[in-house]
Amino acid sequence: MAEPLLEAAGLSKRFGGVVATDRVSLAVQAGEIHAVIGPNGAGKTTLVAQLAGELASDAGRIRFAGEDVTTLPVHARAARGIARSFQITSIFRDLTALDNVALAIQARAGSSFRFWRDARRDQTLRDPALGVLSEVGLAERGHVRAANLAHGEQRQLELAMALATRPRLLLLDEPTAGMGPEESARMVALLRGLRGFHALLLVEHDMDAVFALADRITVLVYGRVIATGTPDEIVANPEVRQAYLGESETDGVAANAGG
Amino acid sequence: MEARFRALALLGAVAFLAAVPLGARLLDTPFYLTLFGRIMIWALAALSLNLILGFGGMVSFGHAAYLGVGVYTVGILSYHGVHSGFVQWPAAILTSALVALVIGAISLRTSGVYFIMITLAFAQMLYFLGVSLKTYGGDDGMTLPVQSQFGGLLDLGDATTFYYLVLGLLLALHYVIHRLVHSRFGLVIRGARSNERRMRAVGFPTFRYRLVAFVVAGSICGLAGVLLVNFVKYVSPAFMHWTRSGEILVMVILGGMGSVVGPALGAFAFLLLEEVLSSYTEHWALILGPVIVLLVLWGKRGLAGLLAPRDGT
Repeated sequence: MAEPLLEAAGLSKRFGGVVATDRVSLAVQAGEIHAVIGPNGAGKTTLVAQLAGELASDAGRIRFAGEDVTTLPVHARAARGIARSFQITSIFRDLTALDNVALAIQARAGSSFRFWRDARRDQTLRDPALGVLSEVGLAERGHVRAANLAHGEQRQLELAMALATRPRLLLLDEPTAGMGPEESARMVALLRGLRGFHALLLVEHDMDAVFALADRITVLVYGRVIATGTPDEIVANPEVRQAYLGESETDGVAANAGG
Repeated sequence: MEARFRALALLGAVAFLAAVPLGARLLDTPFYLTLFGRIMIWALAALSLNLILGFGGMVSFGHAAYLGVGVYTVGILSYHGVHSGFVQWPAAILTSALVALVIGAISLRTSGVYFIMITLAFAQMLYFLGVSLKTYGGDDGMTLPVQSQFGGLLDLGDATTFYYLVLGLLLALHYVIHRLVHSRFGLVIRGARSNERRMRAVGFPTFRYRLVAFVVAGSICGLAGVLLVNFVKYVSPAFMHWTRSGEILVMVILGGMGSVVGPALGAFAFLLLEEVLSSYTEHWALILGPVIVLLVLWGKRGLAGLLAPRDGT
């Protein structure tokens, strides 16, 4: 089997006496959608921050595309193809939607130590940005200030910015957070369309979304991986049901675990 | 419509400034030449601060330091017999850039209130360094022996020539800053002000872009110092005192952060108000304070915001 795109081995992070992640190991194959689930406080967001490079790990190694990236800062990992979205929407609120995406395009368009030409009239930035905007269904909203977009649209915009960096791996921290059912369904459809083009590591509370998307699932409880496998294997895993899914019926897992 | 009004207002302002020497001669009041010349030099300092404050979100409370570096470089070279502007000016700008590089490299590792305090601390260090330089007048400062010499190309001793030089530089650097903040580089520092975390996540090493902006701002402010010392023909640590940094900060905020012309408007408003009020009472600051508070509350984006309520740039 080919080397995984992303491979984390023994990642740990402590905050004082609290162990947020405890020797977490997981692998994401190129093109697959890998969901990380677990109850509140399981360390999912900490894990994403460690993988993205925002948090330095106390222990463990991270390999990405055959390279050890453990000590690389966020921007260097982004340049190698790791993009992310945040649990709390993180966009440039005072810029238009198109400007937001164009800035992300610019990040991968060589050095930005260019001081003279008007970047907003630079078609090598604007055209691809418009392309990505339509990819996420915001083609008509490019001129709107990001702050004035609806919540769901802002989440789509954030995804567009991540996509604009032409990532090989997307780290998505609860992409459907705060969305209504309709918006949520649109986001799931969007993400499904990315399968095969990008690898996705998805942290998600919405079990409908997880089971609709994931090729494989890793279950995190109190910072530790208690199981990894296909959705079917996870549903059937007695330890998972005990620790995470509680006493719910086997065939009701997807419906009941959502809270 | 608004853009047209704004363009007309700017054109009017430039025409007015260009006409000041003529008016001063006709009315036989050279005082106005001095007043507006001095204001334009401070406007240049404010313009440079705004690059990092308004567009970069870096609240530097020590911007007068670079003004002082410009002043002292010219003063010290002149004291030791180097009067050529062709040497003095590049040396002063380079020194300012270097000082900004060091201060920036350290300060930019902090943010928020710590950044404000550390930039203030550096500026005060330079202020006390100036005070301790007994050779160059120490606390009292010293008279600039000779104005910068440009070998007959430019005579700074001629008030009108000097005035137009300052005006020319002010306009040129406004254009430079305008280009800069709309360039790729400009969008990066503006993005980092808006959301630095997101900037890093899409792959920008924000620190080095901010540092370069910091150095550019310091260099331009150093040039303002070069002009200032030639204008007042005096070298003094007072130019670096923290109250000076505060005044430049007030000019920027009063005029409007995030607008290229705002700081110049702020400099004119601040210094003209000071001029007018101080002719009535020595407690002019008592009136100026509330006026500034009202102006800032009234139009949050400063005077520039009043001129153009909806500025897309």
